[in-house]
Parts: sequence; structure tokens; C-alpha cells
Amino acid sequence: MRTIISIIKKEFTQVFRNKTMLPIIFVIPLVQLLVLVYAASLDMKSINLLVVDKDLTPLSKELESKFTASPFFIVGNSISVSEAEKEILNNNADVIIVIPQGFEKNITNENSSELQFLFNAINGTKASIANGYSQRIVYDFNQNIILNSGNLFPETAEFQKINIENSFWYNPRLDYKIYMSSGILVILVTIISLILSGMNLVREKESGTIEQINVTPIKKYQFIIGKLIPFLIIALFELAFGLTIAKILFKLPFEGSLLLLFGSAIIYLITMLSIGLLMSVFSETQQQLMFIAYFFVMVFILMSGIFTPAETMPQWAQKLNYINPISYFMKIVRMILLKGSGLKDIINELLALVIYGSLTLTFAVVKYRKRA
Amino acid sequence: MKRFISFVTKEFHHIFRDKRTLIILFGIPFAQVLLFGFVITNELKNVKIAVWDKSNDEVTKQITDKITSSGFFTLEEIIYKKEDLERVFKAGKIREVIIFEENFAQKLKKEKIANIQLIADASDANSANMIINYTSGIIMNYTSSINREINLPMQIHVNERMLYNEELRDVYMFVPGIMAMILMLVSAMMTSISVAREKETGTMEVILVSPLNPIQILLGKVTPYIVLSFLNAVTIIALGYFVFGMPIMGNLSLLMAETMLFIILALSLGILISTAAPSQQVAMFISMFALMLPTILLSGFIFPIENMPLILQYISALMPPKYFIIILKNIMLKGTGLAYIWKETAILTFMTIVFIALSAKKFKVRL
Amino acid sequence: MTQEKIITAKNMTKKFGHFVANDNLTFDVYKGEIFGFLGANGAGKTTAIRILCGLSMPSAGEIKVAGFDIYKQNEKIKKNIGYMSQKFSLYEDLTVYENLNFYASIYGMQKNEIKKKADELLEKLEFSYAKNKLIKDIPLGWKQKLAFSTAVFHNPKIVFLDEPTGGVDPVTRRQFWDLIYQTAEEGITVFVTTHYMDEAEYCDRVSIMDEGKIVALDTPLNLIEQYKVQNMDEVFVKIARK
Repeated sequence: MRTIISIIKKEFTQVFRNKTMLPIIFVIPLVQLLVLVYAASLDMKSINLLVVDKDLTPLSKELESKFTASPFFIVGNSISVSEAEKEILNNNADVIIVIPQGFEKNITNENSSELQFLFNAINGTKASIANGYSQRIVYDFNQNIILNSGNLFPETAEFQKINIENSFWYNPRLDYKIYMSSGILVILVTIISLILSGMNLVREKESGTIEQINVTPIKKYQFIIGKLIPFLIIALFELAFGLTIAKILFKLPFEGSLLLLFGSAIIYLITMLSIGLLMSVFSETQQQLMFIAYFFVMVFILMSGIFTPAETMPQWAQKLNYINPISYFMKIVRMILLKGSGLKDIINELLALVIYGSLTLTFAVVKYRKRA
Repeated sequence: MKRFISFVTKEFHHIFRDKRTLIILFGIPFAQVLLFGFVITNELKNVKIAVWDKSNDEVTKQITDKITSSGFFTLEEIIYKKEDLERVFKAGKIREVIIFEENFAQKLKKEKIANIQLIADASDANSANMIINYTSGIIMNYTSSINREINLPMQIHVNERMLYNEELRDVYMFVPGIMAMILMLVSAMMTSISVAREKETGTMEVILVSPLNPIQILLGKVTPYIVLSFLNAVTIIALGYFVFGMPIMGNLSLLMAETMLFIILALSLGILISTAAPSQQVAMFISMFALMLPTILLSGFIFPIENMPLILQYISALMPPKYFIIILKNIMLKGTGLAYIWKETAILTFMTIVFIALSAKKFKVRL
Repeated sequence: MTQEKIITAKNMTKKFGHFVANDNLTFDVYKGEIFGFLGANGAGKTTAIRILCGLSMPSAGEIKVAGFDIYKQNEKIKKNIGYMSQKFSLYEDLTVYENLNFYASIYGMQKNEIKKKADELLEKLEFSYAKNKLIKDIPLGWKQKLAFSTAVFHNPKIVFLDEPTGGVDPVTRRQFWDLIYQTAEEGITVFVTTHYMDEAEYCDRVSIMDEGKIVALDTPLNLIEQYKVQNMDEVFVKIARK
């Protein structure tokens, strides 16, 4: 026990003495939390729309004004389709509406009229969202002219209508920030724990102090535990700090039990720290370790469902996610914080982490060899 | 020149002797493009839903069928009471519950109006929005199909065309993004660590006191990585083209030239980081934190820049990958020439010159 | 000098693939002596010392250190030895005292004992003023002396020194050997590798290694006589020429 404590003391002394690492560990992640949460939003607010109005009638003007009034579009005009298409090539426009000549005449004389929409679909998601918004505006516009025409179309009485009522639970204002901030918190503690533990052992390897430790009668488990605990504490502290910031700035809700959250975090962090140690067992230099860590983190973060929901991934990718510890913790954190899920809701994910953690920890202890 | 060549040879030796790093260097782009081309997608697929059908008649069954056979949704559970709502959402699997009111078919027929309630788990706001949109779309289609015989007056028909990406495939978004990200990180990180390493082991001092001038030293450090990164870029483009059917509409040599420009930029940024960082560890942290997340988030790779708060839009204007992604998309998907991307090219060139000048200056100070 | 054997090695062999770093080494080290392990760079000295310290697994051979079997009782051995590696091995970002305290506590020494002994040690070395200085801020010669003091701080039965005087100036080397003598007088067996032949003459007995084999083992005096030369340097040159 005293051996473990003296290792812990030593690690803390080293961390706090390192004037360049200290801000990196504490300040940079928080700055990132702030910046990135604001960046990661798919709310569409400024879709650049160009209207090519060949009709130039009160009705076409009215349609245009509907788009101008919408908060989603920034409306501009263009004289021809080819001019407008050039703007798309220049990335100055996202959508073009072509109002054909005779738009107003046809709707009264022939009872129907046409509109053409051109979307810059390189970003497919954005295009389909923009399409949804435009359809909605045109539909409302259409309903209005029918109502205002003063005609009582007898057919409309036969029309069967299904009324759809939407509700968004847990986040009625569809605030994307609370979703992102919870995800980015996970990423930050992941990177910190992985790098701290991985880097630490490799540094001792490179500087030769590891040999000096290896000739002492210290037990493997004492060494590993002594290394893990300080980093666990730092990572937990960082999680708490991050949570506070997210609570204050992004109104991140704490629906569920914080105790459960931190309990799960300890299990998760032990897993990540052990993975970090394992990586360092297999690396000779910090450069190698960095690449292994980078690869691991990149793949697992993007697969974890932080930006895009894990369920929409192909089957094989979802299977791959069974071995992705980040995906479990990502789920747990969001379920507890945003929905108030309890232990019985997250038990499967938690068990997966417990198994993962004990395997990696055991493996790290076994693989760390005092004698080559 | 001879000295310079032997210096470059030494760098190549360093890289090729370290098999693990080499594997990772080439494994990373390969695995990542494949993985993310398939994995990162905003397209809805197999979203798990629950249905609470208080009416349980022909019409509600038809609507449920339409929804589950769309490919976007799978029916995971049928629920019968209000308490179940909370339960299924908290358990986390189910993202949407569809509630049909009582006597749905009857109401539709007699009163000409019936109600459906859609409840989405909006803890993921973005996908909740999409889920609701998709479901509403399917229900609206159903509505128009039952009203087909009725000839509605004054209809505006909309036809839409999706330019450059008719099937709305996300891959077209992600391949350029991944390419920018990998080149940025691999090149910048590799050089920064390799220089920081020489500083730490003291070999940098030996080189610095040699008759090589700072420019030669920088070039020597960077040359092997240019070759490696370029191979990486070619691999990524080939994967995009052959595996994901990502078109290359524009001029291939222009594409290669722009890629080269970006690689040189990334490498000079790497050198700059390493001249500023006192140790490998710090160089890595800077590369990881200052490059990785911003490249993913602020470059327009996943999240559109136009939607960000103004201040972040300014920051993103400082991110080299932003411009490279625009260039890639223009050349590959729109087939435009230099006339449309000269601005971005000029910005990247300017940034490169600044990075190189700054690091050369730092090196001189040391001497 | 007592004749109690503290290290016995019989046919100790270590292979790295086809390369034989230690080829059937057989030797004994007696309690309390200063035993020198000599040889050119790459002769296999470091490999041997790493095996004896339990850092490296031998390919074959019967080896006992401090009465314990090297295969089965490796961890018991570690309680009884100290080691100072070629590569400098104190933490640069910890102070002199923090380093001493850290290593000593790993060996299970009590807090008060550490404190008392550390103060005594630093006083003896006339280095008390630097007790709270970071290792990276003190000169190399002092680092070396501290590394040695750390290796014997917990009072081991044997201390292994791997090229302890590499890269230090002659004056510091002289002081360093004074420390080694003091340690030996306290009854600690010293096992030291070096390629400085003048240092060989400070040892009670030396073994000379060449290409993985022990080619000579005796007291320096006997070796000088045997090879009919003036000093150890010439002994070594003569052996190397063979």
C-alpha cells in the first residue's frame, strides 16, 4: 500500500511540475469544449437561395416574399438559370428556384402550375433539409391561394386529412448543443486518459527510469495501480469541471444520477487508462505511441456515434462497435444526463464496460513485464 | 546539394526503419477512408421505432406498414400504455413512437380528419428532426394516395433536382473531408514529432551546427514526408473513385497540384509546431488537440460553416482544411477549373509561405 | 575477505536470435568484494548485468544471486540488490530528495528512516544545499553520484553498477570510486562493469570479457603477473590481440 501511495505521489508531483503540460491538460480541452460545441450544429439557418423569376407577377413576388420571411433562407435574385448555376459553382448559392413564365396565369386558367428547385447536393444532408423547408413553404403558400381565391371547391370537402402532431421529448427546442457538449466531454476525458497513461510509461521507457523501477521488488499490480490512480483522478476532475462548464454555458441538463454517471466514468476511465498502458507496452517511442493512439482514437470516436447516430451505420460497423468502449460510454453519458436513464436502463452498456475494463486491466498487468 | 541528399536519405532511413510507424502511416488512410466512407452517414437507416396503436384498424395498419417498409425504420416494439413511453425512451433503443388516436379509420372517413402523434427522442436533436421529417413525409404520401381520385384545384407542382449528387450520397461529402483531415494530421503530426524528437535527443544541435543552412534542413526534413503524404493522397483518391464511385469531373493534374500544395502546407505547419514545442509530448498534444478536433469540426467536413456563430466562422477561415475541402469538392464533383478556385488556392499558398517563413526564422534564432 | 559466495553463475548463456551475447559464463562473486566486469563495448557486459539484476531472462545456465534462484525467486533477489544503469535513471523533473524518497519507499523503507538517512547522506556528500533542486538542474557528475547513492540507499547486499563513470571527468571519477570503496567497506558487494582499464586496478578481482566469453578471471595483480606486463591496460591489449 505504501508503495502504491509513493508512486501516486510521484506521478502527481511530476504532472503538476510540468509547466507546459499542465495548461495542455486543463485549459486546451476546455477551450475546445467551448469552441467546438458551438461549431457542431446542423441547424440550418442560412441557406442561400437564388430566385430566377421569369413570371414577374404579383403571385411570383408573393412566393418570393414567403421565402424571404422564412428564417432559414437568405434570398437573392438572379436573371437567368445559367447565371444562378454559376453562383452554385462559386459556392455562393445552395438553392435555385425557377419560377417559369405563366406561373400565375396557369394556376388560375389551368388549375395547376409548376416550379423548379435546383439544389446543390454535394452536402446531401443539407440539400435534403433545405428541400424539406422549401416544400413546406410552397405547400403553405398553395393552401393560402386556395383559401384566398374565394372559390368553394366542393371537391375539397371530400379530402381526407391526417393531422400530424410532433413532440420532441427531452429537448423540445431541439437544442443541438446539449447533445454535442455531452459527446465532446466524453471525447475529452478519453483523449486525456489515453494520452496521459500511454505517454507516461513510454516516457519512463525512453528516459531509462523504467529499468530502475524494474530492479526493485515492486509488484506489477502495485506499479500499474500506482500509475492508474493519479490519472484517474485527473480525468475525473476534468470530467467534473467540463460538466460544470457545460451546465453553465449550454444548460446541459443533469436528468439522471450524477453518482451513477461518475461510477460509470470510473469504470470507463480504468478501461481507457489500461488501453493507454497497453499501447505503451507495445511502443518503444512516443512517436509510435502517438500514432497508435491517434489511430485508435480517430476510428473509435467517429464510430462512437458522437456526430452521426450509431444506428444508421451498416451492420458490420455496428458489430464493430461492440468492441468500441467509447460507444458504450457515449451512450451511457447521454442517457443519464439527457434522459435521466437509471441503472437498469444502462446495465448492458455498463456490464460491457466492466468486462472490457477487467480484460484490458488484466492484460496490461500481464503484458507489462519486468523482465525481457 | 550532396550534403542535402544525404540528409534526405537519413530521414528516409528513419521512416523506413520504424516498421510500426510505417504500417500505421499507410494503414491509417486506407482503413479510415473505408471505415468512414461506409460508417459516417447522416442518412437514416433502420431507426428503431415503437407504435402505440389505440385504434388498430385497417388504416393504421396500412400506415404502419408503409413506415416500416420504407427501409428507414424498423418496428421494435408495440406499446399499449402511457407509462411505456417513458420506459422505451429511457432504455435508449427506440428513437420515435408513433401514436394513432382511437377510431382512427372511422374518424378519417366521417370527419375527414384523424390525428397521429409523433414523439421523437430529441436528445439527439438533429436526428430527431430528420426522423420526424421522414415519418411525416411517408404519412403525407399516404394521405395523397388515398385522395388520388379527388381532383384538387390550383395545385403547384414542384419538381426538384439534386445537382452533382442525385442520390444524395453522404460519401461525396466525406471523402474530401477525410482526405483533408488525414493529410493534415499525418503530415503535420509526423513532421512535428520527428523534429521535436531530434531536439529532444540532441541530434538537432548536431545538424544545426553543420554547414547546412536552415532552409536546407527544413527541406531535408520535409522531403520524405512529401513523398509519403502524396502516396497517401493518391491512395485516398483511388479508394474514393473505385470503392465509393466518387467522380473526378475536373482536371486530374490540377487536383494533384492542389493536393501537393496542401501537403506542403501541412508539413510546414508541422515544422512550425515543432519549433515552438519543447518536447515530443507537447508537439503531440498540440497536433492532437489543435489540429484533430478543429479539422473535423471547423473545416466544414461534417458541419456546415454557414451555421456557426460568426466568431467561429472567422476561426474557421483560418483553418487550411476548409479551403482544401472547397477545392476538392469543386474539382471532383463540379468539375470546375482554376477560374473558380483561384481564391482558395491563393489563400493556401499564402498560408504556406507564412508557415515556412515563420519556421525558418525560428530556426535562425536558434543558430 | 570471507569466501562466502554471493553470486554463482554456471554456464550462463544469452542468445538474441543467432547472436550469442553471453557464451557459457561461469564465475562466482564473493561477499564484500569489488568484482569488476571488463571488456570492450559490445563484449556482453551489460547483457550479463541485466540478467543478474532480473531485467533479462537468460537462455540457459544455473544462476544464483544472494542465495536465490534467478528463475524462481527473481522478486526475492530484487529486495537484496541495487542497480545503477548505464542510462541515467533519476527523474529529471523531481528534486534530489523526492527521487531518494520515491525509490526508498518502493523498497519499503519507513518515512522517518528515509528522512534521517537522506539528510545524513547529503551531508556526507556535502550536497545538502541541493536537497530541493531538480535533478535536471544539477551537473552530470553530481547526478552520477546521486544515482549511485540511490542504488545503495536501501542497504542492498549487492549493488550492480553498469558503466557508472561513463562521460564524467577524472576528478569526479576518483570521487566516485571513493564512494564505491566506502560502500564495500560497509559490507555491500559491488559488481561493476567498465571499459576503463585503470579502474580495473581498483577492483578486488576482475573478469575480462571478449566476444561474449570470459577470457580471464583473477585479481588484477595476478593478471599483470601472468601476462608479464606493467598494468591492466596492457593486459587488456594483450588479450584483445589474441
